[in-house]
Amino acid sequence: MKNKIITTIAAFGLTLATHAASAETVRVGVAAEPYPPFTEPDASGNWTGWEIEFMNAVCAEAKLECVVTPVAWDGIIPALTSSKIDAIIGSMSITDERMKTIDFSDKYYNTPAVIATSKGSGITPDAAGLKDKILGVQVSTIHQDYMTTHFADVAAEIKEYQTQDEANQDLAAGRVDAVMADSLALDAFVKSDTCCEIVGAVEDDPAILGAGVGIGLRKGDDELREKFNTAIAAIRDNGTYEEFSKAYFDFDIYGK
Amino acid sequence: MGPELRSWKEPHRLVLLAIAIGIVVFAALTMRWDWLPRYSGKLVSGVGTTLWLLFLTSILGFLLAVPLGLAQAAGPFWLSGPARAFCTVIRGTPLLLQLWLLYYGLGSLFAYWPEIRQSWAWPYLRSAWPYGVLALTMSFAGYEGEVMRGAFAGVPKGELEAARAYGMSPLTAFRRIWLPRAIHRALPTLAGETVLQLKATPLVATITVVDVYAIISRVRQDTYLTYEPLLLLALIYMMLTGVLVVAFRWLEAKVPVKSS
Amino acid sequence: MLDWISGFAAWELLALQPPGWGGVLLAGLAVSLQVAVGGYMLGFLIGICGATGKLYGGPILRDVLDVYTTLVRAVPELVLILLLYYAGTDALNQIMILIGAERTDISGLAAGIFVIGVVQGAYQTEVLRGAFKAVPYGEIEAARAYGLSPFQVLRRITLPGMLPHAVPGLSNLWLIATKDTALLAVVGVAELTLVTRQAGGSTKHYFLFFFAAGLLYLMVTLLSNVVIRRVERHARRGMPAVR
Repeated sequence: MKNKIITTIAAFGLTLATHAASAETVRVGVAAEPYPPFTEPDASGNWTGWEIEFMNAVCAEAKLECVVTPVAWDGIIPALTSSKIDAIIGSMSITDERMKTIDFSDKYYNTPAVIATSKGSGITPDAAGLKDKILGVQVSTIHQDYMTTHFADVAAEIKEYQTQDEANQDLAAGRVDAVMADSLALDAFVKSDTCCEIVGAVEDDPAILGAGVGIGLRKGDDELREKFNTAIAAIRDNGTYEEFSKAYFDFDIYGK
Repeated sequence: MGPELRSWKEPHRLVLLAIAIGIVVFAALTMRWDWLPRYSGKLVSGVGTTLWLLFLTSILGFLLAVPLGLAQAAGPFWLSGPARAFCTVIRGTPLLLQLWLLYYGLGSLFAYWPEIRQSWAWPYLRSAWPYGVLALTMSFAGYEGEVMRGAFAGVPKGELEAARAYGMSPLTAFRRIWLPRAIHRALPTLAGETVLQLKATPLVATITVVDVYAIISRVRQDTYLTYEPLLLLALIYMMLTGVLVVAFRWLEAKVPVKSS
Repeated sequence: MLDWISGFAAWELLALQPPGWGGVLLAGLAVSLQVAVGGYMLGFLIGICGATGKLYGGPILRDVLDVYTTLVRAVPELVLILLLYYAGTDALNQIMILIGAERTDISGLAAGIFVIGVVQGAYQTEVLRGAFKAVPYGEIEAARAYGLSPFQVLRRITLPGMLPHAVPGLSNLWLIATKDTALLAVVGVAELTLVTRQAGGSTKHYFLFFFAAGLLYLMVTLLSNVVIRRVERHARRGMPAVR
């Protein structure tokens, strides 16, 4: 009788696991939390944003069937290495630290890191301006690395958030004095909320801030990486990239 | 013949023990633990924060549970109604949601009131721990309030009548007889509730309070390791639970709880 | 000054059709309930096996089950969910590769059910063990003496006999299961709490959405309580009244 029950449980578990992933399907991990204007769910539960359009364009170019798979940001790299997802399109910067664990495609955009504060705070984006301030930053980001390296000694406190959205929310609520993030993400935020403004870019530190944003891939998944690289180059050349970017940005975010 | 009556020296237990030690040694040798020394200081302070939260909120929660229980057991409708509603709401919604409602929900409302930002309370309102303490305290009070209601209602009427017969005023009877007897009856549930409270504390890490769970999250993000930090975290919580259980057993031996 | 009231009262955001987020919240609630029901049933299967194993199994099985229930009950659900979410799907994939099958794609829903099931299983084992023990042994012996097979004994005597003792504990665990699903928000399963946060983040009306989600959870609890009271009355019929 006990065997019967165990078989039942096993069968139950297996039917729940959805069908075996077909070879052509690429599960693309995005952060499960809104990261406008790159990835955010809309009121009908669909994922929208610049990176979703980028994903559609790249996958169409590479003839891959891509499905969006939301994953908690702080677990997105383990999700990739444990094969829950096959690629990360989540505004993830290419850094040496991450390259130890995963691979990246070529970069698909590159924008500076900036600091945002509440309006008229008089804070400057450097160590002197952030002295004795409470800073907010999203965990597992290049910005967190940058803040801990450059501002940990002067700041009163560095608060770490699971999502950029929460950090922005606490800046609006006045619980932190400044947040640091990608210029486009903060640009979208200060446009949507009248509380805050961008006070400028931080001094560059290529070792930490990396060389742009790439598609995160499992180590050794070279075939997929080549496909993505070719596709990124192709949509840059044939104008598709420019086409879908126009609706979001008034300049070329690919960087130099 | 419960398992506690059998000795650990039985042959199959020695085998199981050997397997357990084998797994630990295997884990220690094949998994990555080189990050441990770097974070040991932070881990200790994280455990400190966890314990501080646990004791503060358990004590405050219990103090709040007494009036909640009394109001439900003997209060007039305008007291018992709100008390019952409070317990139902707290017990009927997830703590994580309560925490986020308090921290992010209230926080977004404060933004509309510039007066609050000027007030003396702002330095507290802008940090995260008061919200964590408030949510955990209310949670403990909600669950234990239900227990206290039963405890107050369960004190035999005869004892209260005897107290009145001795000429005690209602207040004295409450202070000397009813309250101590009710607390005495509720004591056995305290161990379980405190362990549950310990297991609820890591939720505050989601609103930026840096407890031991937050430190381990930090390790996970810095090293991209999945299992090692989480296994250590599970081990830490198991040890804390073990210490709590032993401490409560010792306490209960000190305070003899008669079968009531 | 009264801005916040108008902000709080942006009710149209709760409309069922986009641009309202009501539909998304209800879909999240559906996921939460699926996880809770699935996890609870899986936990019940584990609980029945665990309780039988603890009571009638050999010494090794009993000790292993003791380790399982003790470990699960000593570690915060949040930590267990993180561990099981990654380890569980990892292990299943390893097994699939071992037996030569293709790597399966485990949905967040299935992983959630698995995780809640394993956690519930430990608690249900304890509840059911206590309930099994409450059935007088004489009744079982009498049933055997009448020639009932062990399965018949379980179905006709033990299960009906233990039910009144198990119902309070089991109903409490059901309420815990519905609330534990909220923790899956931390691993990115799109259940009610996570979609609430997404809605709050996109619209900046955090308070409104958390409040609405709280009401939904509360409704689940209150409706459950009504059902539980019926089940309890049904299970206790013919039993002497207790206070």
